[in-house]
Amino acid sequence: MILRTMLAALLAVALAAFAAPQAARADIDIKVDQGIVEPLPIAVPAFTGSSRGAEMAQVITGNLERSGLFSPIATAAFPERNLDIGIQPDFAGWKGINAQALVNGAITVEADGKLRVDFRLWDVFSGEQLLGLQFTSTPENWRRVAHKISDAVYERLTGEKGYFDSRVVFVAESGPRGNRVKRLMIMDQDGANPSSLTDGSYVVMTPRFSANSQEITYMALRPSGSSIYLFNIETARQETLGRFPGMVFAPRFSPDGNRVAFSVERGGNSDVWVMNLATRAQTKLTSDPGIDTSPSFAPDGGRIVFNSDRGGSPQLYVMDSSGGGARRISFGAGRYMTPVWSPNGDFIAFTKQLGGQFHIGVMRPDGSDERILTGSYLDEGPTWAPNGRVLMFFRETPGGAPRLWTVDITGRILRPAPYQGSGSDPAWSPLLN
Amino acid sequence: MSFDAKRAFRLALIVAATASMAACASKPKPTPGPGPSAGPGPAGPRTPGGPMGPIDTRPIPGSVQDFVINVGDFVYFDLDRYEIRSDAMPVLDAQAAWLRQYPAVKVRVEGNCDERGTREYNLALGARRANAVRDYLASRGVASSRIVTLSWGKERPIDPGSNEDAWARNRNGHTVIVEGAR
Repeated sequence: MILRTMLAALLAVALAAFAAPQAARADIDIKVDQGIVEPLPIAVPAFTGSSRGAEMAQVITGNLERSGLFSPIATAAFPERNLDIGIQPDFAGWKGINAQALVNGAITVEADGKLRVDFRLWDVFSGEQLLGLQFTSTPENWRRVAHKISDAVYERLTGEKGYFDSRVVFVAESGPRGNRVKRLMIMDQDGANPSSLTDGSYVVMTPRFSANSQEITYMALRPSGSSIYLFNIETARQETLGRFPGMVFAPRFSPDGNRVAFSVERGGNSDVWVMNLATRAQTKLTSDPGIDTSPSFAPDGGRIVFNSDRGGSPQLYVMDSSGGGARRISFGAGRYMTPVWSPNGDFIAFTKQLGGQFHIGVMRPDGSDERILTGSYLDEGPTWAPNGRVLMFFRETPGGAPRLWTVDITGRILRPAPYQGSGSDPAWSPLLN
Repeated sequence: MSFDAKRAFRLALIVAATASMAACASKPKPTPGPGPSAGPGPAGPRTPGGPMGPIDTRPIPGSVQDFVINVGDFVYFDLDRYEIRSDAMPVLDAQAAWLRQYPAVKVRVEGNCDERGTREYNLALGARRANAVRDYLASRGVASSRIVTLSWGKERPIDPGSNEDAWARNRNGHTVIVEGAR
């Protein structure tokens, strides 16, 4: 349990900056160097039993490394290979390279052709087995098995849910700035298996996942007008929310997936509406001469955070999800936009414009504990990883093309997302089943 | 390039395009040019390739080119504003007069924003700008039924730059003729 305690403490320390006065946990052996938490050295030797074993270990290693909480040890240093998961590893050898945790596994091809993957997670210094799990899947799903193992390791050692067995829908951009071609694409969260969902013949923007299905909603824009679509990624079935007299944009699902909130513009004024997807009944939630847009539900469905310039500049407001009771929550300097409620309910992420820079930040739902995580010429559009601890967003340089980035909610772990092309408007899926 | 230089350059391109379109559209004139069988021509220096001289080109009245060149299809907005600026009023007055003169024409007013805002907020702001232009044209006697509005937000910058000049150009209302032009 030492490891678990260490990483849990690591997250606790990292998050302590948000919390009100909290008892310091002095008993923890954790290296904090000027706010930088030392990532945990972990070893993931190639799984045995199949040529996929090395690739699976690489996928797991890549996930853990990108999280910023782990420091995978290079395979060349390993004291032993082809570890038999039936016997204890040679802990002395692994201690010798300072591995704190060790993941080993074996792949078996079963009679029906399925892959069975057994893996174990070890605390090297105590010799304790922290996890021993078995996954079975069709062979083409081997990457997902590696993601599920990554999630199990992450959860066991940090106390937080994992987020690796998930996907990202985003807008792939190409062509000149004045006439960008925009396609919806989907990829695994580690950048693998990218594929197009739309053909680029019309502009697409702001895809968002349902919290409990492989369904997205997004906005399409053509010279003839805008539309909001529902698109089921599994079945490729697509439908529109219908026709509207003005612009419709900024769609987002309710947590139960039964409603979509969005903006409708009439005569130049944008308000927030919600549609019941079963009955198609629409309700207008705001009626204010200001711009009201970018609605996002709290995970319990009871409230909606949105963006409004009713007070003179774009700020964040929270209202009841039936409309009414709107209360401003952003009071810092600058313009606040694109609020997104965390799936855990504990934070609201946003885009902030201040002094010629754009930032991704988070604050508590009551507006307290604001923390700015990033800053550049243009950082925009945060989306939460399913565990509510990591955000993906897009960054654009002057005159350049947008790229996808990730940052954790402490702001320490900022890096390009593992996708090489130009992309914007990322939407992180819930965990796959 | 300065703002004006860019605009002049763009207009020059349009004039050139219009000239070539006009050249294609006009009936070939019987040119009494010096062909091989034309015999001895008038005295004086001969120019290779035919006679030279100024040829007037101008847009066909009531055409898209007429509207773009002689009236102007863009008006510009201040940062994060959607009120019609005083320098935009003469342009919109001229647009309204032209549209009254050619009542078969229908237009789409497109609102655009600079890149210094979020996608969704800019879609809303662009809609405000498009509607401000529509309302102004309607107040000058153009039937609302002839005008539709659309916001591109920050999706369709006319200037790809990332500087004050580019942002100023990209904050615009663009009156696009969609049908009925000559």
